[in-house]
Amino acid sequence: MSAPLTFQETVLRLKQYWSDRGCIIQEPYDVEVGAGTMAPETFLRVLGPDPYSVAYVQPSRRPADGRYGDNPNRLYKHQQLQVILKPAPADVIDQYLGSLQAIGIDLKKHDIKFEEDNWEAPTLGAWGIGWQVMLDGLEISQFTYFQQCGGFELDLVPAELTYGLERIVAFLQNVDSVYEIEWTRGVPYRSVRLLEEYQFSKYNFELADIGMLWQLFDLHEKECQRLLKIPDVVLPAYDQVLKCSHVFNLLDSRGAISVTERVGVIGRVRKLALAVATAWMKRSEAAA
Amino acid sequence: MNLPFLLEIGTEEIPDWMIVPALNNLQDMFQVLLDHNAFDGQVRRTEATPRRLVLWAEGLPERQAETIELIQGPAKSAGWAAAAGFAKKMGTTPDKLKTINTSKGEYFSFNKETPGEVTIEFLARELPNLILKIQWPKTMYWNDKAIRFIRPIRWLVALLGDEVVPFEIGGVHSGNTTVGHRVLGKPSIRVKIDDFEQLLGANGVILSASERRERIEAGIKTFRVKPDPDLLHTLTYITEFPTPILGSFDRSYLELPQEVLITVMRHHQKYLSVEDADGKLAPHFIAVMNTNADPEGLVRHGNERVLRARFNDARFFWDQDQKKTLAARLEDLKTVTFQAKLGSYYDKAMRVVELVKQLGGDQNAQRSALLSKCDLTTDMVKEFTDLQGIVGGLYARAQGEPEEVWRAIYDHYKPLSMEDAIPSTHAGRILSLADKYDTLVECLKVGMTPTGSRDPFGLRRAAQGIVRIIVEGKIKYDLAGMPPESHEFMRDRVEYYFRDVRGFAYDEIRACMSSGWTDPIHLEARLKRVQAIRTTPDFEPIASSFRRIKNILKQAEFNNSTFHANLLEPGPELDLYNAIRSTKDQPLESRIGSLRPKVDLFFDKVLVNAPDPNIRRNRLALLQNLLTEFSDVADFSEIVTERQS
Repeated sequence: MSAPLTFQETVLRLKQYWSDRGCIIQEPYDVEVGAGTMAPETFLRVLGPDPYSVAYVQPSRRPADGRYGDNPNRLYKHQQLQVILKPAPADVIDQYLGSLQAIGIDLKKHDIKFEEDNWEAPTLGAWGIGWQVMLDGLEISQFTYFQQCGGFELDLVPAELTYGLERIVAFLQNVDSVYEIEWTRGVPYRSVRLLEEYQFSKYNFELADIGMLWQLFDLHEKECQRLLKIPDVVLPAYDQVLKCSHVFNLLDSRGAISVTERVGVIGRVRKLALAVATAWMKRSEAAA
Repeated sequence: MNLPFLLEIGTEEIPDWMIVPALNNLQDMFQVLLDHNAFDGQVRRTEATPRRLVLWAEGLPERQAETIELIQGPAKSAGWAAAAGFAKKMGTTPDKLKTINTSKGEYFSFNKETPGEVTIEFLARELPNLILKIQWPKTMYWNDKAIRFIRPIRWLVALLGDEVVPFEIGGVHSGNTTVGHRVLGKPSIRVKIDDFEQLLGANGVILSASERRERIEAGIKTFRVKPDPDLLHTLTYITEFPTPILGSFDRSYLELPQEVLITVMRHHQKYLSVEDADGKLAPHFIAVMNTNADPEGLVRHGNERVLRARFNDARFFWDQDQKKTLAARLEDLKTVTFQAKLGSYYDKAMRVVELVKQLGGDQNAQRSALLSKCDLTTDMVKEFTDLQGIVGGLYARAQGEPEEVWRAIYDHYKPLSMEDAIPSTHAGRILSLADKYDTLVECLKVGMTPTGSRDPFGLRRAAQGIVRIIVEGKIKYDLAGMPPESHEFMRDRVEYYFRDVRGFAYDEIRACMSSGWTDPIHLEARLKRVQAIRTTPDFEPIASSFRRIKNILKQAEFNNSTFHANLLEPGPELDLYNAIRSTKDQPLESRIGSLRPKVDLFFDKVLVNAPDPNIRRNRLALLQNLLTEFSDVADFSEIVTERQS
């Protein structure tokens, strides 16, 4: 058996695979997000009548999931490969299975199952129907047919495929800890990312200035509201939503949000996200 | 000619728990479609896998039976011109008309023959609607907003005899081509009705659910597998070609509570647990693959690896959680919302402590109430929500709480279903009762009443638990003490429990509940008595007499009057009175035997509706007395007797 792919080879193969199938290969979005879905390439592009197919790796930050680098499977920041196929082609599952073959998974020697898992992101006014894809008992992907986003029913139903890259590569390389993954030959994941996990865990759980974070939340919220009143700056307005969302996550990991406050703060983010989606829709209607 | 029919709806993976109800729905609708449109034919069989719903029918005709309708035209007296007009309208010529005699005279008429529709055309028209009408808990659209199904429809096979029934749904055209297993089969297979199942079998799809289940059972029969019919059902319906494999994990994980290990295996990984010869959890599990073999052991290895990570997490949570005792977590409950309108779990815990006191719970029961919700703040419960209560109990034990306390916490969500046992200890029962009582009463107070099939807070289950714990746990509690707004709700649950769970007859329950339902233990005792005497020969006649008495009193609009023994006539009337008095101290069971002949004789010989109004009133009063004699046990007039039906 040939040596399993390294982390970066896996990423490259997947990008090549989806590029061959007509996807735009984007680079990661450069504002902190909790999931690939939040990047404008998904959140905004799935809205409206225009077909759009795109794939990108999205480093996804979830401050509360950090473990100072101690836990072999939990990370503050993990890498998702996000694929949007809008509209979803009829053979979308076969295409997905093909991508697994492309990274060296021989389906004849493994067990693959699609188990019900509907996705919902209340802060984004978004939900979809789908599965978690299980490979030999390991959840390797989320597969979702979006039905709604930003509160809008979608004109063209996109398929969203989200690959959990660390998990998949740890599986392929048969290691029990993500830190043992070979990023490229001779270089473990540990030496690329451990420091970051440790330092950000420390910051997220212990050091982030709560007072400052609340101020930032208010500032980004105000900026977003201001931009929403001005035509043709939907994208900058959406960046402000993402910043609010990340600040919220930081406050959460600092334990600074009580249960009663929580609902209210989520509501504020949601309101901004829906307003941005509405502005985006108006823009695309005007263009049509 | 009798034709067989085959329908296969090919989809992407349908959630396992929705498949059987949908299949039944499809079967019913198809049979109704045939029956309502005068087509012969019977659904013969249905089957399903995650990717296909299949229906076979047989005995369909080539065309619908023709119908002949007699249509009345103008009166014959209207003449030939009118007849010609009528004939034209009927699409015929006047010589084809007939005449009929009616009470109003002679009329032209026509036998309008409508030829039956060709079956294949009928099915082609009706099947798309039928398929899209299958009921699902949640549906989606994938390319046409008007077309919703559980998951995208990707292919359709529809054959009547050898012919394709042509139709289209969301761009998919029906045909005679099916699709095999994703890995083991070909993606396109031409089929006929006769070779359909066999060709699927050759392409990695075991169509029959019972065959799939048997295949799993055969593969695991050499191991001591913890029985789990629900999981077996799930595994049968998430696979098209199930193959069980045995995996192992390190013995050291057995130090974790087996509840945690089993939950991880069952809920998160859908593994069956394996026991050793002593019935203890063994360091093995059974995973069921959706493929035929694991020749290189890669699937086993992969599953073992996943489980190891999951168990490591659980161990980590356990160790972390022990750093703070349950008692120390009580304050943290103030930030955990029970329900937005009802405050925090801290508030709930305090109310439950109070209720436990009122129910006579001792120090241990009260302590268990105080700690009962503290596990909601632990990492273990945040990760494995199903283990709430159980984790609290295990932690309480590890933290040296007395057995009565930790067991009560451990059990306090029980019974989780009709099949589930009630808590095993007295303290556990009291705690569980108090917890459910609090949830129910508080939710009803703020208007969160279940409607129809919607019961998001599980109030029906809570109420059912209350009834079961009182009856089966012998907890003395009168439901009359609950707030009035909960009475109707509880009454329904009491009735449901004795009828559907305990199997008492409907009329026995009505009869006994008429005499009071709020003390379920007492009600149970009375139900058992009524059930026992029901088989005795004197009972049904007495019950009919009681109903008769009730009707008489109702018709007479009798509402009480003073009874005068001196107005009684000697003979059957006095005899009945004496019999009622002399048997007063006898148990119901023997009284019925003594009274029955007296009652019968009374109705035979005595005219209740006597001419003298005083006598009449007195007789009604006598009957009223008789009726109330047994009213502390049951209202026998509610019993349905043979004579009645």
